[in-house]
Amino acid sequence: MDRLILTEQIADETAMSRRALLQGTGLLLGFALTGASTESVFAAPASQVVENEVAGTFAPNGFIRINPTGAVTLIMPMVEMGQGVYTSLSMLLAEELEVKLDQIQVQHAPPNHALYVNSIIGIQNTGGSASVRAFWTPLRQAGSVGRNLLIAAAAKRWNVDPATCRAKDGVVFDASGSKHLSYGELAEAAAKLPVPPAANVKLKNPKDFILIGTRAKRVDSSIKVDGRALYGIDTRLPGMKVAAVAISPVLGGKAKTVDEKAALTVKGVRQVVNIDEAVAVVADHMGAAKKGLEAAAITWDDGPNGKVSNADIVKQLEEESKKPGAVARNVGDVGKALAEAAQRVDAIYQVPFLAHAAMEPMNCTVHLQKDRCDIWVGTQAPTITQSLVAELTGLPKEAIKIRNHLIGGGFGRRLEADGTVLAVKIAKHVDGPVKVIWSREEDIQHDMYRPYYLDRLSAGLDAAGKPVAWTHRIAGSSVMARYYPPYVKDGLDPDAVEAAAEPPYALANIHVDFVRVEPAGVRTSWWRGVGPTHNVFVVESFIDELAHAAKQDPVAYRKGLLGHNPRALAVLSLAAEKAGWGSPLPARHGRGVSVQFAYGSYTSQVAEVEVAADGFVKVKRIVCAIDCGMYVNPDTIEAQVQGGTLFGLTAALHGSITFKDGRVEQSNFDSYLPMRIDEVPVVETHLIKNAEAPGGVGEAPTAIVSAAVTNAIFAATGRRVRSLPIDTNSLKSSS
Amino acid sequence: MAFTLKINGSSHEVDVDGDIPLLWVLRDVLGMTGTKFGCGQALCGACTVHVDGQAVRSCQTRVDSVGDSAVTTIEAIGRAPQGAALQKAWLELEVVQCGYCQSGQIMSAAALLKDTPKPTDDEIDAAMSGNVCRCGTYQRIRAAIKHAAGV
Repeated sequence: MDRLILTEQIADETAMSRRALLQGTGLLLGFALTGASTESVFAAPASQVVENEVAGTFAPNGFIRINPTGAVTLIMPMVEMGQGVYTSLSMLLAEELEVKLDQIQVQHAPPNHALYVNSIIGIQNTGGSASVRAFWTPLRQAGSVGRNLLIAAAAKRWNVDPATCRAKDGVVFDASGSKHLSYGELAEAAAKLPVPPAANVKLKNPKDFILIGTRAKRVDSSIKVDGRALYGIDTRLPGMKVAAVAISPVLGGKAKTVDEKAALTVKGVRQVVNIDEAVAVVADHMGAAKKGLEAAAITWDDGPNGKVSNADIVKQLEEESKKPGAVARNVGDVGKALAEAAQRVDAIYQVPFLAHAAMEPMNCTVHLQKDRCDIWVGTQAPTITQSLVAELTGLPKEAIKIRNHLIGGGFGRRLEADGTVLAVKIAKHVDGPVKVIWSREEDIQHDMYRPYYLDRLSAGLDAAGKPVAWTHRIAGSSVMARYYPPYVKDGLDPDAVEAAAEPPYALANIHVDFVRVEPAGVRTSWWRGVGPTHNVFVVESFIDELAHAAKQDPVAYRKGLLGHNPRALAVLSLAAEKAGWGSPLPARHGRGVSVQFAYGSYTSQVAEVEVAADGFVKVKRIVCAIDCGMYVNPDTIEAQVQGGTLFGLTAALHGSITFKDGRVEQSNFDSYLPMRIDEVPVVETHLIKNAEAPGGVGEAPTAIVSAAVTNAIFAATGRRVRSLPIDTNSLKSSS
Repeated sequence: MAFTLKINGSSHEVDVDGDIPLLWVLRDVLGMTGTKFGCGQALCGACTVHVDGQAVRSCQTRVDSVGDSAVTTIEAIGRAPQGAALQKAWLELEVVQCGYCQSGQIMSAAALLKDTPKPTDDEIDAAMSGNVCRCGTYQRIRAAIKHAAGV
């Protein structure tokens, strides 16, 4: 049997309450979000605990259940979208609980802020490369408390000192090794013992880890190679209908005419739902629904945003960015230092709107009834989704049942609940469950985009080329102001300036500010790497410009400014060494470097490119050095470095969403280009091992790669790329 | 219209319009959800299945074009030696991330190895460049195909 029960489509799941799931027999462990409190772990007989009581008393944020058969179930607070979190979090638990990784079953957690909050994000969201960082201590503590209880139960039965017993692979042994009891046999008894305070429970010295730090196998691989894995889009329910949807091509527009009759003549079409902002055709299957949608020949009234264009958005950013913004950092006297500098460098950088274009198109299945709303979806934000649906339906939150799923690529898109909200609005008109699926075109044209940013920078260098003044103004949409308003104080969006306000370099006089400019007719949101994806490109390009102005080698120049920052210096040195920095290259080949501190990790990359005479950029090799402190699974990190790098590189080479007449001009993978296998460079990962606190990994390589590549293009051609995506026309051989 | 489809060795009766893509017949009518919807325009390969051993994009394959050809999907590719070898290699090299595109990747790779048991890098590029992976697992896909092929 599969240890991962995510393949099961539980037919009567609707009837099975969380309460029933948590009740039953065996040992149930909860763990608190910080791991700091003495009561951060509790244990109880599973039969006596119900979720809300537990939440009130201990505020734990996760559940581990050991049942009498010995099965260990971890109810996973974070969602799996490819980043490997179901494996890494299971490893944290298994290490201290002393069970084998394949003894752990994983279940998706339902929305519950009190139980499953991510302590770094402050909400039950999967994002910000924060999962391992947030659960590193609490999950190990929970495992340790569980192990101690199980050992104590065995010792009691044998009438020996627990200190003489040990646990291994889910079995407790006595001193001689002749007596042994499995965790399943001990679970009930363990649950009745007094719980040791988590703070008193000793955690392993990292040098004694047997699982953490190893290339353990992913727990979700086997179901993903033979079609068994279930994503939200795979939901099937008795009586379920499937809906294709057309959303107004212009934000704020409305359907003007809908040929409902024509749609209904299509075999298999059952219903046309017109909710003004969108039209859905509900059918027995998606093939009929799509055909019906086409037959409906919808025309639209564009509304107020029918004239939105990229040119106007950029013009607005150019104007607004001339005015001062909310100050993120102000050290020294930049004005004076700039005026007295021996040399001044100025630049404007721009990065485009980006779609997420995850492989699994947006979809959501809803069954709305009078007193409840059941939802099947893959979401990075289950509690936000639940609240929005409660608001929309007028039902209490407890009546909104969300079943999370494996996500076929998140990248930040599923932090937004717009797809679920739309599906619920449609479901209001449908009797029985309905699965709403967006076409790829709808998915790309109605995304919530990474904002377009325009940055103005100035620096002053002294006679030796050292930067004595640095100013950086960022202008663009504030995702944070909409998504987490309390985090924005005095107009300063901490995400928009992340990795710009605190560059890793020694800069005695620095001024960084943010000008919020919201483009009309465009929805913006989180995109893999969040703030740093934009800022590291800008900062690392600009520091490269300064190195050039100072007539210094880009690596040596950076090293000269990192004397105070040994971890940044170490990743830079490692990447440069492994990449063979400084060794000769043919004409129109070049190497570029970038350095980053973000998500609690230090990263450096060296890219090697070849720029053809016609401007075509071939990225040949990327060397990545990463110091993410103590790490859980080096194989997952390597996979994230490979994949995260390609995600960022795809955007640097191809990614751009543009607007004309209020409409997105791209629509599918032929106009919003993904990277394909024949374009992929070799990505090498060099991991630094140390005892620092764990850092995030999933987004680091995405954020850092663009600058490494554009700096390499500069080395190859002498042309500085100051806006993305890379315009190959500007890189043609001296024309 | 009624059609009898031979899928993974069994016959299935379906009653749909002839222009309905095979993809939706598999997923929605027959409940075989291993074959994925990605783009609807044969641009991403997520929906790849075999028709008489050839890799085709099921989103652009009309059901009335299938006739009595044998359709193989990801659910049954492990019964073929190339499919089994690829699935094993996928696991050994830990290829998957989100996993959504991997059904199509494996189906394309299985068709490649059937015709070209020892593919070169260029042959892998040619056979696999129609399959998009947004997680960026390409480096491992390439390595796993070689691993399965023993090259």
